[in-house]
Parts: sequence; structure tokens; C-alpha cells
Amino acid sequence: MPTTALEIAAPLNSEKSASFWQDAWHRLWKNKLSLFGLLVVAALSLVCFLAPVLCEHIIGFSYEQQNLALGPVPPNRVHWLGTDPLGRDLLARLLYGGRISLMLGLCATAVSLVIGVAYGAVAGFVGGKTDMVLMRLVDILYALPFTIFVILLTVFFGQSIILLFVAIGAVQWLTMARIVRGQVMAIKQQEFIEAARALGLRRRRILFRHIIPNLLGPIVVYATLTVPEVMLLEAFLSFLGLGVQAPHSSWGVLIKEGAEVMEEYPWLLTYPAAAMALTLFSLNFLGDGLRDALDVHGSKD
Amino acid sequence: MTAPEPSSQPFLRVENLKTHFHVLGGFLFQHRVGTVRAVDGVSFELRQGEILGLVGESGCGKSTLGRTILQLIRPTEGVVVLNGRNLTRMHGRNLREARADFQMIFQDPYASLNPRMTVFDALAEALQAHRKVPASELPARVGDLLQKVGLPPRAQGKYPHEFSGGQRQRLAIARALAVEPKLIIADEPVSALDVSIQAQIINLLARISREMRLTLIFISHDLSVVNYISDRIAVMYLGKIVEIGPARRIFERPLHPYAKALISAIPIPDPAREARRERVVPPGDPPSPLNPPSGCPFHPRCAYAQDRCARELPVLEPFMDSRHLASCLRTKEINSD
Amino acid sequence: MPLLTVNNLRVSFHTRAGVVRAVEDVSFELARGETLGIVGESGSGKSVTCYSIMGLLPQPPARVEAGQAVFDGIDLLALSHKELNEYRGLRISMIFQDPMTSLNPYLRIGQQLIEPLLIHKKMDRAAARRRAVEMLADVGITDPEHRLRMYPHEFSGGMRQRVMIAMALITRPDLLIADEPTTALDVTVQAQILELMKKMRQELGMAILLISHDLGVVSGLCDRVMVMYAGRVMESAKTPELFYETRHPYTRALQKSIPALQVKGQELYTIAGAPPDLLHPLAGCPFAPRCGYVVDYCTREETTPAEVTPGHRSSCLRVQKEKLSL
Repeated sequence: MPTTALEIAAPLNSEKSASFWQDAWHRLWKNKLSLFGLLVVAALSLVCFLAPVLCEHIIGFSYEQQNLALGPVPPNRVHWLGTDPLGRDLLARLLYGGRISLMLGLCATAVSLVIGVAYGAVAGFVGGKTDMVLMRLVDILYALPFTIFVILLTVFFGQSIILLFVAIGAVQWLTMARIVRGQVMAIKQQEFIEAARALGLRRRRILFRHIIPNLLGPIVVYATLTVPEVMLLEAFLSFLGLGVQAPHSSWGVLIKEGAEVMEEYPWLLTYPAAAMALTLFSLNFLGDGLRDALDVHGSKD
Repeated sequence: MTAPEPSSQPFLRVENLKTHFHVLGGFLFQHRVGTVRAVDGVSFELRQGEILGLVGESGCGKSTLGRTILQLIRPTEGVVVLNGRNLTRMHGRNLREARADFQMIFQDPYASLNPRMTVFDALAEALQAHRKVPASELPARVGDLLQKVGLPPRAQGKYPHEFSGGQRQRLAIARALAVEPKLIIADEPVSALDVSIQAQIINLLARISREMRLTLIFISHDLSVVNYISDRIAVMYLGKIVEIGPARRIFERPLHPYAKALISAIPIPDPAREARRERVVPPGDPPSPLNPPSGCPFHPRCAYAQDRCARELPVLEPFMDSRHLASCLRTKEINSD
Repeated sequence: MPLLTVNNLRVSFHTRAGVVRAVEDVSFELARGETLGIVGESGSGKSVTCYSIMGLLPQPPARVEAGQAVFDGIDLLALSHKELNEYRGLRISMIFQDPMTSLNPYLRIGQQLIEPLLIHKKMDRAAARRRAVEMLADVGITDPEHRLRMYPHEFSGGMRQRVMIAMALITRPDLLIADEPTTALDVTVQAQILELMKKMRQELGMAILLISHDLGVVSGLCDRVMVMYAGRVMESAKTPELFYETRHPYTRALQKSIPALQVKGQELYTIAGAPPDLLHPLAGCPFAPRCGYVVDYCTREETTPAEVTPGHRSSCLRVQKEKLSL
């Protein structure tokens, strides 16, 4: 009897089985635009990461090195991207600024990820009154005006980069929590979750082994799209003078300073703005590509 | 808890089981505006190894009944006693541990397996859900399970999306068998499959339940399938069982007007018989469980309805044979020929 | 002259994984007022055949590689979209499987019902509304005046299918194509809809192309039946002949698989092997790997349906050559 059933069952192809992630990577690879985004972001990150090395050996200037006698000069052979009114080399400032902007983007996103996923997963998984209370809290926090919140923090704690982290992270996790909660609730409805319950698995196991792995796709996408949001937020704060303080720079600070003198010394605005825009676009392309690649129901052929 | 003598008590006893859902509505504050009586007083008994076919159309509550018996949905009222243990009174860890005895096979083979887990992961998880199995033994045990359902052991390394619908359903069956249950409820297990594949899965279920002395509740809207596999059939309408009895009896001599209509509605793949047959086609649509009719739930569509059918509620009563019951006020009159 | 003649239809899907030969060399005729059932499992090509006649296949990825579909003298496959629209909805109508998704949820039933009349028959609104009310009553919907103003979600599945039938038949088409019209319905509702279709056929006399996987549905409604497998026609004959004098192993196997006709206690008959791979079609008869009557030439020679007895065509090589009886 068993042999009859074995013969009847359809033969399985013996190709290498592709896991979900391998499949997704394959799809991403084929998407030229998102690949471009990935490469650009990788390249920029690398360059900014190596800023100290590059500044010392190749560029020759540091970000705080002033040259008051020189003043602002347009791009030339010595200062590749020109200098600002204090004679500081723009390229060096751009690279160091990039470090801060990107690091801020990544870290704040990571913080919001950890808090948001935990919060949203609990709310979505437990449901009921707990969910209601948790989400109302999120709603209330959403209503707080962000700028005033940051100003208050500055008043109490003074200005520092850590403060920036806290402020931005405190805002971003709200959206992440909402998204994660929605995803968890959607996954909870699926039959394989009911099957896991029927098997008698512990709730914790269901959460970690069944729900969260299925969550990773959307989370990765939203995290990738959160980074540019955070960078923009930082730029906004810096524009208001609430962000990164001198002598450090970030792209936001550079843009602010460049905007102030853009009629006389346009290069001080052009290059930082271009760098910012390029990074934001690239991250967005990457995020879009990831969303397409990770969407299980996506391609129909 | 000690199990009682098998001969003295039925293996599964369901008594007056009710599952009601509240419908919430309201502008500012949610309050109850209605009740969906999905399961509205179901009672029956099963012996060990028996196969019960549960049939009915959409909205009759058969799926909800299956889930309620397994305590995936907690009942509003009523009792489910399996092998001497009252499942309705169990909670938390007790209930979780008891789940080794009863399992479910779901309808949609494309949704009932976790897409991120390999077959090995899924089956190993099931094997270890209630027992300790040394890791070294797992591949062999998983291979055994796969062979039992007619799949090659090397399928272990693959992901669900690499299998066809019929094969996925086999995997779901393997997972259910892994915990060594005594009762399996199959909720429309073949409805999503092609006809030729349906036969394979039905054969598999029939063989397994015989070999392992499983008690099986087979839920389906397809009467012919149910007739083939079941010892007894229960027909549901609007949350209640309207007729229950030996499968062949229900098919050849249904008593309840709804069961008669259901059976006569099945298209027969035989042109001469199709042309000759007398069809009882009930008018209108199956009613909504939110707004059930008064008295007998079937009376608005019943060809035999009288005035009292709108007022009185019929109960399941035996007719000529203690094993065959129907809940109709006019059973005797309608079936006196 | 037959109402519809399909000749050597070939439709493929060009996908990233390769070319899927969905329909291969399909020919059939449909006389006026006749009901033809097209039976097959998923992947048999039955739906693709009818969708391509109606011009509903997205091309790409589908492509009609060859063949004609001659409707009342005109080859539908050669028409432009604009020309095809003169026929669709007016002379050829279609109803689909899922009544939930075939109606526009944002429009009232009345609006959707009168649309074909306004477009094709150029009726004025008042006259179209009157006709719509008549039609709803005809398909068995009570209180039609009131119902016209309701939205699809206020109807049950069975009623929605009735509305679909009303919409399809309101212009009195010559041909109705029904793609698994009762598969998504409860069995008692299915019986109602089949009775309704018989009634409308009697009143309006249209020809029907009924696609189904259910031999029971087909045996009750159809004059002739065509069985498809792997995109090809396996057998076609008058309904009683197809059931009682089967001349193709696949049809025989399908009949044997129906649980209703089998003896309890014995194992259900199953068709051995797996469904065909349309990406890599094999040489010879597509059913050969699973056929109980296979001989060596079955996997070598091409199969084409041929008349084996008057009005009865089969593409089984053994039936054609050796007059094999099943």
C-alpha cells in the first residue's frame, strides 16, 4: 500500500531548493535601479567611514582646519570642492559630515527598530485590551509636536549628539510599532498560525518561530525607508540650529550654512545638497527594490 | 486523570455545544448589536475509530463546530469530552499538553504551512511539541512520517512553495500525525484540490485512520466525498444538526426536508439519470446566522412547511431506528411511504 | 452553418520560465442554440480557449499563435479591439466563476445592468430600466424595482450570480460563455442556477459554452461535451455517448475518479502520475505517462482528434487505429 502511494505522489524535482532569502536576493539582483541604489549607498558609506584616513593621506585637510587668510574659494586643485568662509575644506567637511549623517540615520533607525518591533509585536500578538492601551499611547505620543519636544529636550539636557539620537529615535519608533503591529495581526490570521496553536506550541515559540520570521520582510523594507527619513529629520533640526553643533558638521548643517550664502558661494550648497539627495534617492530605490523582492505574492509569472 | 473503560463511554462526547459571536457596533462606544449563533446546540457521540462526515452549506457552522471541538475557539456553552477528559474545562498549559490527542487538517494547503520553514523544521517541531526526541533521531523520524503520507524522505530539505497543492496537503497530514493524535478533524481537506488529486488524499486519510485507529471528523460541503469515507453523516443547518445517521441511510433515504434537498441537488454524472430525476430545489438562499428564522430554521424554504413550523422548535429524534435521527416536526408524515 | 467554428487554435504564454503551451490545436463547432460543455482539470486549457475567443487574454504574456474562431462568418481572432467590442456584450456574453469579484462593488446593480443596453442597443435610460426590471424578474429576483438600486455587497452569492446572468442575457446574445458559473456556490444554490440556465435557454434560445470540471453539472445541461487535457482535445461527443460509450482513456479515468460513482470500502480509483508539465511538453500523446492502455507508439506519434464513430471524435491513437474499446 505505501508503495502505491509513493508512486502516485508527484515526483519532486531535485533542483536545489531555494530559501525565501535566496529567492529574494535573486529578484533584487535583477532590479537594476535598486542595485544602483545599493551600490551608491555602499560606496558612500565606505568613503565616509574612511574619512579620517582619506583626510589625512589623500585630501590633506581635516574638517575643522581653518584657513582664515584663504577664505571661501571655489573648487580648485588644492581644495577639490572649495572652502567655506572660514577656509575649511568642503570635501573633508562633507566626508565627516556624511559619517555623522549616515551613522545617525543607521543608529536612530536601529533604535526605533528595536523598540518599535518589540512594542508592536507585543501589541499585535497579545491583542485585546493590552493592544488597545498600547496603541492609544502611541496615538498620544504621535500628537506631540516634534519640534517643541526637541526644544524642550535641549532646554533640559543641553545640546549633544546623543540628544539627537534620543529625540529622533523617540519619534521614529512610533511608526515602526504601528507597522509591525499591523503585520503581526495580519500574520496571526493565517492558517499556519492556527495550525501551530493546534499543535500545542507555546505562545512564545509561535511568536519567535512563526510570526517574527514572516515579519522580517516588511520590517527590512520599512527600516531601509526609515533611514532617509531620519537623515532628513536631522537635516531639518540642523537647519533650525537644533542639531549637530560646531565644529562637527553633518550634511544638514552644511546645507544650512550653504543656503545662507548660496548666492555668493553656490558650491557650498550644491555639493552637500547633491550628496544628500543622492543618498536619499538611493536608499529609496533600494527600499522599493527590497519591497518587490520580498513580497511573496508579487510576481505572477 | 485516568481514562475510563473504553467500552462504557463514547470516545468523543459533544453535548449542547454552542459558539456565539458578538457583533459589535456603535458610533463612539462599541456595544453588542447582534449575535451570530454559529453553533447553536450540537450534541453527538463518536466511538473510537469511527468516521463522521459533517456536511452543510456556507453559514451552517460546520467549520466553527470543528474548531470549537478542538478548543481553537472556546465554546460559549456546552461540553466536549474526549476520552474521559473534559476539554471545555481545560486551560493554559493543561490544554496545550492535551492537544497531543487531537489535531486538525485545514482547508487551504497554501496557507496552512509556514512558508519560511523547511519541511524538516516543520515536522521536527511537531514531533517535539509534546515529546522529547533526540536530535540525532529526528531526520529518520521525519523521513518515516513522510513515507507514511506517500512522500519521499528527501523532501525534508524543501520549502512548502516547492510542492503542489496535493503534496502540501500530505505534508499537513504528516504534521498532524506527528503528535500521534487520537482524533483528527479535517476541515474541507480536499475542496481546494483537483478532482483526481482529491481521490489520492481521500484514500490516504481513509487508510491512515484505519491503520492507526483514528477517530476522524470529515467536514465537507461535497456530499459524495463524505458519503464515500464516512461511517455516519451529520447534516448541519444554521448551527444545528438536522439529521444524523449511518452514511448510506442518509444518502438513500434522507428524512429531513433539508437533507432531501441537499442530496437531490447533487449533480449526477450520468445523463440519463440526470434527465429523469426529480429535483427538490429549495428556493431562496441559505439564511444568515445573524438573523435566524423563528421556530424551525429551515421553514422559510421548506416544501413541507406548515404553520406550526414557524412557531415550534424541532429536536433531533430517532425515526424507526435509534441510530438515525432527524429534527423535523413532520418527519413521520413526510416519510411514511 | 454552425454559429461558432474554432479551427486549430494555439495559444501560448511567454513567461520568464519559458513558453507554456496552454492550448494546442483545438478545434470544435457550436451550432445555434446548442450547449457544449468543455471539461477538464486545472491546466487543461479550457478557460484559456474561451478567454481567447472573447479576446480577454492579456497579450503579452499570452499570444494566440495560430487558429481562427469564426463566429457567424467573422474570425474574431483577426478583429481589432474596437471591432471585437461590437460583438462582446451584444452577441457574445460571458459569465464568470466568482460572483463576488465579477460585479463592480462601487456601482449599483441597476447601473451595471443597463450598461450593455445603453452601449450596444443605444436605448434611452427609461426604456433600459424597464428592460432591466423585466430581466431581474425573469432570473428569479423578487422585488426587482427595489433591487435595482442596491449594491452588490447587499446580495448573496446565488443572487449575484443571477444578476450576472441577467447582465449577460439582457442583450439577447447568440452565444453565452459560462466559465465555471456554479463552482463557487453552495450545492443547493448551484442547483437553482443550473435550473435557471435551462429556463433562460428555453426562452432565449442562445448557444452556451459551459466550462466546468464537474462531470455532473455537464451531464445535466449539455448537448455535447468536449474533454480537454494538457491543452488538447481528447474527446468530444454527444453527452450520452461520451458517458456511456467513452472512447478515450482520460475520459474513462475521470469518470472512475468521481467518488459518487464508486463503491464504498474499496480504495478510490486514482489517476496515476502527475499533471502534465506545459513548459516541457512530451512527444506523443500527453496522457501517455498516466494511461492504463499505453503502448509503444503512444509516446512517439502526434495525436489529433479524429472521428471514430459519427459525431464522436477521439484523439486516442489506439482507439483510432485498433478500435480499442474501453
